[in-house]
Amino acid sequence: MTKSDDSQSGFKLPTLTYRVWKVWRRNFDVFMKTIHVNFLPSLLEPILYLVALGLGLGTFIAGGIEGFSYIQFIAPALIAISIMNGAFFECTYSSFVRMYFQKTFDAIIATPVSVEEVIAGELLWGATRATINSTIVLAVVAAFGLVSSPLFLLVPLLAFFGGLMFAAIGMCFTALAPNIDFFNYPAFLLITPMFLLSGTFFPLSSLPGPVQTAALAVLPLTHVVNLTRGLVLGRIEAFLLLSPEISLLLSIAWISVVTIIFFVLSINLMKKRLVK
Amino acid sequence: MVSSEVLIKAHNLTKKYGTFTAVDHIDFEVNKGECVGFLGPNGAGKTTTVRMIYCFLPLTEGQLFVAGMSVSKQSREIKSMVGVAPQEDNLDPDFTVTKNLLVYARYFDISNAEATKRATELLRFFQLEEKKDMSISQLSTGMKRRLITARALINDPKILLLDEPTTGLDPQGRHSVWDEIRSLRKQGVTIILTTHYMDEAAALCDRILIMDNGKIIETGAPQELIRKHAGEDVLEVAYDEDVLKTLKEELPDAHLEVFGDQIRVFTNQPHGVFELFVKKFPDKSMTIRNANLEDVFLKLTGRKLRE
Repeated sequence: MTKSDDSQSGFKLPTLTYRVWKVWRRNFDVFMKTIHVNFLPSLLEPILYLVALGLGLGTFIAGGIEGFSYIQFIAPALIAISIMNGAFFECTYSSFVRMYFQKTFDAIIATPVSVEEVIAGELLWGATRATINSTIVLAVVAAFGLVSSPLFLLVPLLAFFGGLMFAAIGMCFTALAPNIDFFNYPAFLLITPMFLLSGTFFPLSSLPGPVQTAALAVLPLTHVVNLTRGLVLGRIEAFLLLSPEISLLLSIAWISVVTIIFFVLSINLMKKRLVK
Repeated sequence: MVSSEVLIKAHNLTKKYGTFTAVDHIDFEVNKGECVGFLGPNGAGKTTTVRMIYCFLPLTEGQLFVAGMSVSKQSREIKSMVGVAPQEDNLDPDFTVTKNLLVYARYFDISNAEATKRATELLRFFQLEEKKDMSISQLSTGMKRRLITARALINDPKILLLDEPTTGLDPQGRHSVWDEIRSLRKQGVTIILTTHYMDEAAALCDRILIMDNGKIIETGAPQELIRKHAGEDVLEVAYDEDVLKTLKEELPDAHLEVFGDQIRVFTNQPHGVFELFVKKFPDKSMTIRNANLEDVFLKLTGRKLRE
């Protein structure tokens, strides 16, 4: 009789309504207010990489890679990297600022919007940031004449779901972060290795077998790079001894499963942090 | 305007954090149209209680009903009819004053047209019209406080929860918030506020719940509580063995509280009882003053309210 039914504790699937979009809309409104600040870095960064690595370093890689020039090879990877960075940094540093310093989540939770919906809205917004950023990069890549498959039109769709994955992974760190400096750990121990070792600037197959397997098993970016390269160049890397088709399905399945797991996990961890 | 309809009902309400009990098996009711104040020092459990009312914190034990609905089961319905002005500033610094209200209205499913209308009215009521396009960082503490209260009213709530509405404000800011709270009371809004200022509780509330260490130790109308526990007059004397001895002899039924280097004397007798006494010690500094809520708190707990 005395023990109240505590429906807010314990791990469970989140209950979400249309209110998720109200949280998304709040972030969108802020983004639109400062759009010029958001736009420029996303535009400049890929140009710098394409010029420095693609045109500069690329001249030393005479034969290109697997039938593509070096600049063509890295261009889709830059799109994938922008998906990762857009979502991950939105749902770590930016979400943390909103949660911890601005107390924005506390303010929203006092309205009919639930904690779960606040976090889901943040995740969808992270995915949206990834989509916006990567579409800008895609436009730069296209302007450099580096798109060779009509499938490139599907990049925004991939960016949204790939972005959702990185957003959810980032949000788990946010749920556990004691302070904002904590994000140095995932940034250097997770994001940087992915940036370098996910088949981004050289093919995964040039790495030793065990490293290749490890990259496939634990580095989400590997699969996003594989898919963006497929959509932009019409070429899928054949992982290990697998056929290209199986590799494609493996990447899609990997992203789907990991996204679902981390989506549910991050909402539960955040709920644990926010509902005391 | 206070009706007999019970709007909030708590039974055995308890909140524990590990071994620490923030709110300790309390019972209380709030009627429609009432202005109820939770009064107590920091850490008494006031804010925790209020946070449970607006479903921000889950209960550890007991029951809490708002408009007949359980906070554990119908949080969405409850939150849509409650307005919350929290203690800390959680205004959205990414938006202007007006936009803060409009974005907040959206969380309540209020249409854009309706929200714009209400925002305009509220900014006028809280005298923030001239600041409507300013960013939050440009506002003074008092203006932020008023905007937080305005935001709490955007959904036309049946119950308004004000958690320390005047903490950190200068006297002018305090009085303007008080005026607004009084005006809302007149409009029939049920108000629950927390405060550690006894003058605030006395000035605004129909009824006061005094909290200490997670428990409600006394409840009643401000004047009723003062009369019951502190009498009409209080005598303040600098600590002195002679005076203390004479006091005990001459006023045997008086209640003495020694607090630091001061003695406070309470009595149930009417006005004038202390006057004769004061005359006996012309060279000692003594003050007779009206009893207030702080005396009530001091007598009930042996501690000062303000820490």
